[in-house]
Amino acid sequence: MAKVLMKGNEALAEAALAAGCRFYAGYPITPQTEILEYLSWRMDEVGGVFIQAESELAGVNMVMGASAAGARALTTSAGPGFTLKQEGISYLAASDLPAVIVDVMRIGSGLGDIAQGQGDYWQLTRGGGHGDYRTIVLAPASVQENADLAALAFDLAEKYRHPVLIASDAAIGQMIEAVEIPEFREHDINKYDWSIKGCKDGDKHKKIQNVYYDDPNYETYLSDKYAQMEAEEQRYESIDVEDAEIVLVAYGVSSRMATEAVEMGREAGVKIGLIRPITLYPFPVNAFEEAKEAKAFMTVEMNILGQMVDDVKLATGGSKPVKKFGSIFALPESEDILASAKEFLDTVKEGK
Amino acid sequence: MKLKAPERVTWTQSGFCPGCGHGIAFRLIAEVMEELGLSDKLLLTVDVACCSLAIECVKYDTIMCAHGRGVATAIGAKKVRPENPVCAYLGDGAAYSIGMAETIHTGLRNDNVVVITVNNSLYGMTGGQMAPTTLPGQKTTSSKYGKDPERCGMPFNIVDAYQGFKIGYLARGALCDVANINKAKSYIKKAFEKHMNGDGLCYVELLSACPTNLNMQPVKAMQRIKEEMVPYFPLGEFQDNTKEKKEEE
Repeated sequence: MAKVLMKGNEALAEAALAAGCRFYAGYPITPQTEILEYLSWRMDEVGGVFIQAESELAGVNMVMGASAAGARALTTSAGPGFTLKQEGISYLAASDLPAVIVDVMRIGSGLGDIAQGQGDYWQLTRGGGHGDYRTIVLAPASVQENADLAALAFDLAEKYRHPVLIASDAAIGQMIEAVEIPEFREHDINKYDWSIKGCKDGDKHKKIQNVYYDDPNYETYLSDKYAQMEAEEQRYESIDVEDAEIVLVAYGVSSRMATEAVEMGREAGVKIGLIRPITLYPFPVNAFEEAKEAKAFMTVEMNILGQMVDDVKLATGGSKPVKKFGSIFALPESEDILASAKEFLDTVKEGK
Repeated sequence: MKLKAPERVTWTQSGFCPGCGHGIAFRLIAEVMEELGLSDKLLLTVDVACCSLAIECVKYDTIMCAHGRGVATAIGAKKVRPENPVCAYLGDGAAYSIGMAETIHTGLRNDNVVVITVNNSLYGMTGGQMAPTTLPGQKTTSSKYGKDPERCGMPFNIVDAYQGFKIGYLARGALCDVANINKAKSYIKKAFEKHMNGDGLCYVELLSACPTNLNMQPVKAMQRIKEEMVPYFPLGEFQDNTKEKKEEE
């Protein structure tokens, strides 16, 4: 398929259809609403189901029913709405059901505001609902990645029979870029034996419920599942990391300015690099092995508290100083990122 | 005497208390499935709490849902598998409190699912708290001196609430004596027949006894349905509509 100009949210929606998603239930909230609007007419064209649900809670629980019945199912939200999705995500995880849930992040706690933000990192990566689970989290940094990761999300969700989250943000969702939508694939709702379809033999009826009710080896099963994700699903991009003395760590919208800061820094002779996590969970700890010369790490993220700092400290075994370059309301300026990185590196070198 | 139960009812211990109405309700559902030849096809969602115990009592493909979301989950399954009968089974706390939005909106949309709501006038699994269906003056663990309608409202009546909507079928039965249980079965059967005909939302409320939380002998708890609940929750069929089929182009 040729490249076309598309809005990030719409590219994500179209790519979901390309991946065989034929069920969507969602609720309007800025800045994800274009996904819902797009699918409200486009789903009809591909013979799928679109439901504008009465709430985020209803939407995600409709997705649970669709997923249990074997469909590739999607729901999307943002900030306050994503919080409401957590009930369903916890149930999906507990019941071994695949589904894709998108959070087009916006600013702040509570109502916050509708501009881009990255304040949902903790909620996204720690298992935002109750219980003993977490989810694979994919973080697109361009319209193309919005499309590619949407398609990948469905495959991973089924590989692990687990919900997969996409951590997009208002900027990535709203920007228009050239994108190639992945090839359309068919999904067979009878592909998996675990889905509910009705049973001729009552003794073999399917029970979609907390897996541990029936699995005496649940502890091992659950531990192994996350160990496998951590072994097989780390995804990242490294830019100029090998000889870098200061390594930026950024994903999504802020990684675009961080990339620019690295280019500017390299031109000015600063040994600076960037690790861009594409999976926020599993956090790409492997990427940090490449940073052999690193003296310090700096996260660049659109929140105040530096939510990703802890993960960088864990990935580096606490061996190097880590600080955050945080911002809300305004996108971080690449000049400011570079200046802050240089200052931090100098401070570390001087042993202050 | 030879006991005969529908094939899809299991003989394992159910977890339901003696005298509970859920067992009767599921026997009726299983009988209806057998009679309509739908046993192989039924997809069921059961709400958490007492309803969820049914997952071990009947042998259908079943989803145990989040509290109050059983109807939403059933809609998701039905849309994916439109040929299958899909039934959401829930209690009055799920349907009329935490899942009220789902209950109202499924009526508004007239979704093509069967909903069976068991109304026992309290929260059973959590130990007998007040529900939106609790009767005026009824003592529960969270209305120690009796429910005060001035503060908590009158018992919620789904028949009134759905008056503004045209849904496929709406009936209320009572699991309190043989005649009423047979009638309740006929409502369930009709609901599934109309459901398979694509008539939209087919909703049956079943008044049911909860002897444990009412601190009553089972027989007394059943008598209470007729004597105390029915005045607030009249029995019968209230809506019976056919969906106009879209003309084939």
